Amino acid sequence: MSAVSPDNRPRLAPKARLRWDRKAARYMLLYPERGLVLNATAADVVQLCTGEHTVGVIVERLTAKYAAQPREAIEQEVLTFLTRMAERGLIRNGDD
Amino acid sequence: MTETPPPDMAVSEAPRPYTLVAELTYRCPLRCVYCSNPLDFARHGDGLGTADWLRVFREAEALGVVQLNLTGGEPLLRADLETLVEGARSLDLYTNLITSGIPLTRERLAELKRRGLDNVQVSIQDVTAAASDRIAGLRSFERKLEVARWVKDLGLPLTVNTVLHRENLDRVGEVIALAESLAADRLELANTQYLGWALPNRAALLPTREQLEGARATARAARRRLQGRMEVLFVTPDYYADFPKACMDGWGRRFIVVAPDGLMLPCHAAHTIPGLVFDNVKDRSLEAIWQSSAGFGAFRGEAWMPEPCRSCDRRAQDFGGCRCQAFHLTGNAAATDPACSLAPDHGLIETARQGALQPTSVALEYRTAARSRR
Repeated sequence: MSAVSPDNRPRLAPKARLRWDRKAARYMLLYPERGLVLNATAADVVQLCTGEHTVGVIVERLTAKYAAQPREAIEQEVLTFLTRMAERGLIRNGDD
Repeated sequence: MTETPPPDMAVSEAPRPYTLVAELTYRCPLRCVYCSNPLDFARHGDGLGTADWLRVFREAEALGVVQLNLTGGEPLLRADLETLVEGARSLDLYTNLITSGIPLTRERLAELKRRGLDNVQVSIQDVTAAASDRIAGLRSFERKLEVARWVKDLGLPLTVNTVLHRENLDRVGEVIALAESLAADRLELANTQYLGWALPNRAALLPTREQLEGARATARAARRRLQGRMEVLFVTPDYYADFPKACMDGWGRRFIVVAPDGLMLPCHAAHTIPGLVFDNVKDRSLEAIWQSSAGFGAFRGEAWMPEPCRSCDRRAQDFGGCRCQAFHLTGNAAATDPACSLAPDHGLIETARQGALQPTSVALEYRTAARSRR
């Protein structure tokens, strides 16, 4: 159930919240008693995980923003990242 | 696109607090036999008012804190809890209420959610009313289940916390099933740490290695099965580990605890170590205490370490273990944690483990104010 496909509309799990860490100028994804440090692109993806956008749309948005990188590479990275986040229960695929 | 390990695992030189543990009061309707509050809790009143706590949150956030645990005692006994949650949320702190669920109404819980509460952690002592209430010293089991259901009904994330010991370790599978039936987002299976009230109750609570390994295997299988749905944490007891735990991720590195009377501490039991001087948040800023209080400095870094810690490869992993445990077992807070198999005093742990193999019939000592004042 954790594998993410391009049709999914991922959304952040209720227990997770994105926060700007002004002390270290980076985003953190907070959940009970834990926090993940996100790099800029990971934070972009998380911000688009609202349940409205498909993974495909998220990839389009990132491709537009990071034009120097090939679309395929971005798509692969997004899918890998979202799958890992789903395994941790931090992202819901939109069908559960 | 990478995410790095959680801050509590990240390697960083400078101490930075990520988590504030706000012990709002030591008062509690429950009388759990393993309560982590100090034995003399009844001598420490609620010294901080609403404005004091809000200032503590503000100063903690400015120091780098992103996580706030509202705990106690029982934080629900604070009439200003709603105001404190609202203040915490306005600072963008991830706010976790750690509670027995008693006393609470569904309306109050809904109000706490409206004020911005992020997560609720409900303690459940065991899987039956008789067994759970026996450990809590109060009829509370059914009510706790009701509270857990309210949490989910209201759309709040739920953590179930069950403290493990020799009476319930063989039922870990049932504990997991109970947490699943409550649709918990997270289950914390926390083996008893033998500090606070758990130490005088150790003979009644310490499990055998066989019990522990059985429970660990059950938890591991459940973690795989429930991946992505319910996070299952199994906190290993250091009495059965070869090396001590990285207590609080190192003294004064990642955590700030503020006790009900306003003492700022590196852990919830640090003030039970005689001779250490801690400051009160009413007298100094959190930043001043974090940077320069004698108590916070006492066991930071490596200079305080004796052998075998000082030359040990693991000293930057476990930071020498738990200072409170070292003191309460050996009388010397600067000793190597006896939980470490390399510690000169490790025999104390081995003797306790041997004791767990003999059938015992010791009376439980409940956490009471009367016993606390003795």
